[in-house]
Amino acid sequence: MKLTLKVWRQKNAENKGEFKTYQMDHVSEDMSFLEMFDVLNDDLVRKGEDTVAFDHDCREGICGMCSMYINGRPHGPLKGTTTCQLHMRHFKDGETITVEPWRATAFPIIKDLMVDRSAFDRIIQAGGYISINTGNAVDANSTPIPKLDADKAFDAASCIGCGACVATCKNASAMLFVSAKVSQLALLPQGQPERHQRVKKMVEIMDAEGFGNCTNTGACEVECPKGISLENIARMNRDFLVANVVD
Amino acid sequence: MATVTAGIIQSSIGRKYLMALSGLFLCTFLIVHMLGNLALFKDDGGQAFNEYTYFMTHNPLIKIIAYVNYAFILLHIFYSLTLTIYNRKARPESYALVNQSKSATWSSRNMGILGSVILIFLIVHMRTFWFEMKFGTMPTIQYDGNDMVLKDMYSVVAEAFSQVWYVALYVVSMFAIAFHLYHGFQSGFQTLGINHHKYTPIIKNIGMILFAVIIPALFAAMPLYFLILNL
Ligand code: HEM
Ligand code: SF4
Ligand code: FES
Repeated sequence: MKLTLKVWRQKNAENKGEFKTYQMDHVSEDMSFLEMFDVLNDDLVRKGEDTVAFDHDCREGICGMCSMYINGRPHGPLKGTTTCQLHMRHFKDGETITVEPWRATAFPIIKDLMVDRSAFDRIIQAGGYISINTGNAVDANSTPIPKLDADKAFDAASCIGCGACVATCKNASAMLFVSAKVSQLALLPQGQPERHQRVKKMVEIMDAEGFGNCTNTGACEVECPKGISLENIARMNRDFLVANVVD
Repeated sequence: MATVTAGIIQSSIGRKYLMALSGLFLCTFLIVHMLGNLALFKDDGGQAFNEYTYFMTHNPLIKIIAYVNYAFILLHIFYSLTLTIYNRKARPESYALVNQSKSATWSSRNMGILGSVILIFLIVHMRTFWFEMKFGTMPTIQYDGNDMVLKDMYSVVAEAFSQVWYVALYVVSMFAIAFHLYHGFQSGFQTLGINHHKYTPIIKNIGMILFAVIIPALFAAMPLYFLILNL
């Protein structure tokens, strides 16, 4: 297939960026979106031009590194799919595709389509863990956990930290990510001792990093490649209130 | 207590609690306001409505609730501005292409604009009725079977609603309220942490049927009724 790519090119966080247009004449329908960029970069190397910088790692939809804002949607048009798992057959021959980086104050652009998502790491460092030595694995039945709770905790834990929720949110809010990370521990017995402290600290750092305020548009839930639910945000809001009143 | 409130107000989630609490309080106020105003439809020369107005302006409990209401409106507006400023800062450079038609409702994406229309409406509304009632020179009226001389709010309302532009402003504003509450009512519950597989669908339906249709429609019917009476 033939495609026209409008790609955001930006040297670094300080420089102003702009769109560059690239004509792609031999795109296979079976390529992933990133493989198409590999082909583009290969061309650029041959021409002696600067390649397009973009993040990726596993290319299996599990690591959360890939991050492109494609035709106005993070990770492109397909539901429950990361950019690396998006295949070109979902686009039409002759189509023009606009590709931008995640845009948020808290995610400064490193180069081109690559942004610095270490704000997420700092939120996790603020409390997204359990500070006890686990020792040997204990017998699974010694701590019974209701199936529904275990399922919900697991669903929350499936967040891969890609940042699509921030990218799509009109307020660049990180509530879906943070609430998933708060919930995965709040739902389990191991998370209880630090539950209040955790939510307070993680929200504090979330705010300090410059993410916006949630207005419950729900776009994050729709665009999240892992289907993280808004229920987690409500749970975090609840926990945050209790934590502030109790502690 | 002071540290609790400080901790809450200084956080993004805390500011949203205040938005939600004030918004939901205003929602309950809307119900009462709408029910009371139904007296306008009674064909008795305005007696029922004027007696209701007298009650609302003289009952001490109602007076307290009214002041709480004004405070909440100001709070709601204040935090909607702070919220908007914060959120602008969170994404200074916007995308060239945004496609949210599939991921978020139109209402949810335009709460600020809808709120601003409501604000303009509120200013005009308060100027015509509240300000006149409190500080203006009102016509008075006395009815059989009631020895009190009442301020004749009914005729002020009838006069205002005989102007086409005024009625048009009302109807447009009721659309704004409808869309604001279509998102806002259920959003308030989510903000307060109330999200339940059984009750959330009920809350959403109440928002949709009561707050986005019935209440704005009845409010809009009042000026239209007077306009038609005047034809
Ligand atoms: C009758 C008057 C009003 C009622 C009943 C009302 C109700 C609500 C409710 C229930 C919410 C949701 C709260 C939340 O999720 O946190 C809300 C949000 C909001 N309101 Fe209002 N509101 C009114 C007037 C206004 C006015 C005058 C403005 C602006 C000047 C405004 C601007 C906003 C904004 C920006 C939001 C935030 C969007 C969001 O949270 O989804 N509102 N309102
Ligand atoms: S909540 Fe979803 S969109 Fe947000 S970081 Fe996690 S996986 Fe990505
Ligand atoms: S590269 Fe790992 S999720 Fe896309």
